Amino acid sequence: MMCDTCGCNITHGNEHLISAGGKLEKTESGRETVDVLHSLLHENDHAAQHNREHFNSHGVVAINLMSSPGAGKTALLEATIMALGDEFKLAVIEGDLETENDAERIRSHGVTAVQITTGSACHLDAHMVHDAVHNLNLADLDIVFIENVGNLVCPASFDLGQHSNVVLLSVPEGDDKPAKYPVMFRSADMVMLSKADLLPVLDDFNPQRAEKYLRNLANTAPVIHTSAKSGMGMEDWLDWLRSTVGNNRQSVQEKPVAHTHDHPDPQFSKA
Amino acid sequence: MHELALCQALMSQVEAIALDNDASRVVTITLGMGPLSGVEEQLLRNAYPVASAGTVADGAELLVESTPLRVMCRSCGKQSAAKPNRLSCGHCDDWHTELVSGDELLLLRLEMEKSKLTETQAMH
Repeated sequence: MMCDTCGCNITHGNEHLISAGGKLEKTESGRETVDVLHSLLHENDHAAQHNREHFNSHGVVAINLMSSPGAGKTALLEATIMALGDEFKLAVIEGDLETENDAERIRSHGVTAVQITTGSACHLDAHMVHDAVHNLNLADLDIVFIENVGNLVCPASFDLGQHSNVVLLSVPEGDDKPAKYPVMFRSADMVMLSKADLLPVLDDFNPQRAEKYLRNLANTAPVIHTSAKSGMGMEDWLDWLRSTVGNNRQSVQEKPVAHTHDHPDPQFSKA
Repeated sequence: MHELALCQALMSQVEAIALDNDASRVVTITLGMGPLSGVEEQLLRNAYPVASAGTVADGAELLVESTPLRVMCRSCGKQSAAKPNRLSCGHCDDWHTELVSGDELLLLRLEMEKSKLTETQAMH
């Protein structure tokens, strides 16, 4: 992510855009021009970093699940909950335009789910996630899954404070999605070809071609074939989850974060 | 689409900067946008009049400067131009590259008119 405080967003590609006249330049008409060079997502990125500090201070890994609508994010979560059993303590933040249906599916497995209904908003942003995080008892959790709004465009622009992005590409959608949605697939730390049990019938989906399109985005993320329904690939997914949790714990231990300010936290401050 | 949300974020930044500079009116807003910013310029332009209405930037001209998409190859070390869905090295075709520029979404600069009141006050 770009940062607005240290100047690291000034790159070889854009430094010529900063006028040579310095921060403030008077034009002939008496008007003033101010160089800003500020990310439009500054407020969101700031809130996202804050969320990340919340997660890190409790050693919690946050995973942002993104895909088209209907690619199987909730089914993956249900299968993950059942497969992991007591190995990790999980919670889910559900983003949808309307309904609590997905949150109810998660809750039926005995896992805490906080529903964010975005109304007309096509993506989650860091402020929405922050509000949801304060309805979770992070001290009692290992992994928080954030199920983003089903959409391959807008969610890619908003950092939520997650540690990893998992992007699902379901086999019925077609293998050229990474070429069509480069911003989304470039952000993926893990790509799951979901509903892969359908590959024998949907033989125009070529997994090698999907991976080739992903590599064209200079993305080194692992690509795994999964089916939440048949259980295919679930071990690969769980192994990746375990190593992500392990790596995060290690990096948090090496670089402890101070998250010192108080939040009004009515639900848990009494505990 | 998320362009309206971005436009509203832009307006809150513009208003804060205008206030800091005692500006009475913002004349032009210049953005820097790369092809991998995730933002459609036309959608941003459509959202802009809605987001800017009634603000200090009401009626300000929106200028967009495109930043080039460039990658640096981790194999051969050279830089080359790239396309949004093809970020491989233009020299050796290796896909192990890093983005040099092209995912920016920046407020580059503002042109503003000073508040006349402030100038008068300054003279006294």
